[in-house]
Amino acid sequence: MFRWTKPIVFAAALGVAGVVSAEQDASGKTGLGRAATPAEVAAWDIDVRSDFKGLPKGSGTVDQGELIWESTCATCHGTFAESNLFFTPLIGGTTEEDIETGRVASLTSPTQSVRTTIMKAISVSTLWDYIRRAMPWDNPKSLNDDEVYAVLAYLLNLADIVDYDFTLSDETIQQVQERMPNRNGAVFWEGLWRVDGEPDTHNTACMSDCLDDVVVSSTLPDHARNAHGDLAAQMRIVGPVRGVNALEPPLAGSIEDNIDAVRQHARATLDAAAPTADGAAGSSVSSEETEAVTALLNDNGCLACHARDTKVLGPSYLEIYSRYGDGDDTGALVQKILNGGSGVWGPVPMPPHPNLSEADAERMVAWILDGAPQ
Amino acid sequence: MRKKKGVPTGRVRNAPEGFVAPELIQEISRKGLDDNRRAFLRKSFTAATAVATAGAGARALASTVDDPMIVEPRPWSTSLGQPVASRPYGMPSKYEANLQRRQSPGLTQTNQSSVSFAPLQGMFGIITPSGLHFERHHQGWVDIDPEQHRFMINGMVRQPKVYTMDDLMRFPSVSRMHFIECGANTGMEWGNVAVPTVQYTHGMLSCSEFTGVPLRDLLDDCGADFENARFVLAEGADGSGMTRTISMDNVLDDVLVVYGMNGEMLRPENGYPLRLVVPGVQGVSSVKWLRRIEVGDKPWDTKDEAIHYMDMMPDGMMRQYTSIQECKSVITTPSGGQVLLGKGFYNVTGLAWSGRGHIKQVDVSFDGGKNWRTARLETPVLDKCLTRFNIDWVWDGSPTILQSRAMDSTGFVQPRYRQLREVRGTRSVYHNNAIQSWLVSESGEVFNVQVD
Repeated sequence: MFRWTKPIVFAAALGVAGVVSAEQDASGKTGLGRAATPAEVAAWDIDVRSDFKGLPKGSGTVDQGELIWESTCATCHGTFAESNLFFTPLIGGTTEEDIETGRVASLTSPTQSVRTTIMKAISVSTLWDYIRRAMPWDNPKSLNDDEVYAVLAYLLNLADIVDYDFTLSDETIQQVQERMPNRNGAVFWEGLWRVDGEPDTHNTACMSDCLDDVVVSSTLPDHARNAHGDLAAQMRIVGPVRGVNALEPPLAGSIEDNIDAVRQHARATLDAAAPTADGAAGSSVSSEETEAVTALLNDNGCLACHARDTKVLGPSYLEIYSRYGDGDDTGALVQKILNGGSGVWGPVPMPPHPNLSEADAERMVAWILDGAPQ
Repeated sequence: MRKKKGVPTGRVRNAPEGFVAPELIQEISRKGLDDNRRAFLRKSFTAATAVATAGAGARALASTVDDPMIVEPRPWSTSLGQPVASRPYGMPSKYEANLQRRQSPGLTQTNQSSVSFAPLQGMFGIITPSGLHFERHHQGWVDIDPEQHRFMINGMVRQPKVYTMDDLMRFPSVSRMHFIECGANTGMEWGNVAVPTVQYTHGMLSCSEFTGVPLRDLLDDCGADFENARFVLAEGADGSGMTRTISMDNVLDDVLVVYGMNGEMLRPENGYPLRLVVPGVQGVSSVKWLRRIEVGDKPWDTKDEAIHYMDMMPDGMMRQYTSIQECKSVITTPSGGQVLLGKGFYNVTGLAWSGRGHIKQVDVSFDGGKNWRTARLETPVLDKCLTRFNIDWVWDGSPTILQSRAMDSTGFVQPRYRQLREVRGTRSVYHNNAIQSWLVSESGEVFNVQVD
């Protein structure tokens, strides 16, 4: 199945065109690109494989991890990595017996709907690699190697995989792998790995009298009818069909009874969606400033936790506007951005932003209190 | 603000009712429209029209009211149009504003590790407009300065190398059309019907013409150890540092390092300035903002291989490295959440694709899977690329269930829900390629349903 590349093809093609580069070597290479330096490879080659190839030397304790966790991770994941507010819980759902067998029993239960990270993780190397490369959420790759060991040690302790006095290191991590609750829970399955793999379903192209009865086994639950909004507003307003107004009950009667109303409603969704001229009415922030503030919000990681019109980790800017838009709370809000705060909008604290200038924070607040114009 | 001129709605003439004999409808439903049956249909229509006009009286008079869209001057025909380049980067008509990529409320808890779905219900042909390509980011999208972007190849190579975008865009390039489908496409429907329209059931699917350099050529350039290497790791430059293990078989076959998409550079949401495209394999492997390829001899068990993107089997075991997007199809019109505008003739249209090759045949059932007719495949029909199918249908106004069923070049036939669930249960998230059913009700409204 292997098809070997033929470098000679390059040489032939280039030769015909008469553009053989002076740098092109005898094997027909293009001479493009340059050698990577050892420091460059070291800077980017941060992956850790499940046989621990790539794992750097280092260590961290559960205690050290707890401190980092509280300041850096708990906002999103909860103090005990149990939070389900923004991400699926990391820890929970595993037992001492699972640690013995390497199979998480609760995964076999049809009623187990939440699958925590520790229930599924096959290899501890995966956790180390991912914390190193992608965490924390809004400041990835900011933990040093020892800090990654420490944070992971804390998580493993929460999952009762290691004791509270454990030191996780490149030397002890193999012991941890032997206690990972779902280490035996995966199969490498070739059927969907190889392009010529063996399928596991075997339908046939029957053309007539294929079924005795057509059994409808599932329909959209009534409560989900309007969950995606007005479907008419998501479909074209011309052609053989229109979208249905899913904010209303299903259509009744026969098609002739419905055509006109369906057409008219579909057309109305388009007019409703059209931007109105007074969208920015009353706004004193210019569109250039809006663009600049949006860039500031983006560059400073604000949009990881806030969005204009929907609650993310923190309140939406429109929610803040509707609470503070009437008064003059600029100073207090600027201080809140710079120094952080908690308790106003829910359990998640707003972290401090020491690298943000007061002037930039003031621009952000001015934009929010202007109604967060788009 | 310019005042909008009211556009008269005019009078819509009703099609003559019942102009097709029930026997003919049945025959067409069973066998399709051949020339013979087309002629019958035309004759029926002529006869019906003749009855309507020859009937004299009020009905005939009413149906001959002149259409003001024709007999009255239209503003676009009687005024000066917009100048060239008034929109230097063109936009769709304002009348197309409803067709956008959209999120499924409640599907994800954050907006950065999330999904937006492509509006398949409104697309034609097989190419997804770049602005409507579905999105799946793991830590938000970024817009990288192409002059600052670097691409590294290391691992089991004679010489680890670094390439700039300038370098890569000087390599011999290829352009290929391929679909990208998220492994979790249709994932919400494993257990039961959960979402109303094809945008949400199948919209983590898009298809583009990609331009770039075959990865094997770049590995060649670095002297990769093809004797011993069996895998490569692809890594993104975004915050998530997205990593995926890719089979060397795929690399040597058709994996591309891509900078062009549908004639322009990649959009930032799709990985600007550089992404991997692994044809036929779940989208997560087509790593965006590609910064590095490492050549190796073992799989890596990255986060999206050893925690997510594993297929949960009935016994609680996780199938790892389930990559191929198997043969699948869906009717896009008529589809869930749509309303048919009357009885009579329809062009039923949809998409079919396979990660193992090209589409050989698509059959469509108009009776919930009892009987099937073979649809027309529009060209081109390419490997690991969307294929558009069309089939004629005359709706008689009675409730019915529409399904499509694709077969690929390996002879594999898309499974029914029962067949898929017998093997894989109902608790997986990934690789649901079951036959989709749309229930057309008497009211004209189309519903997403599942048929065993």
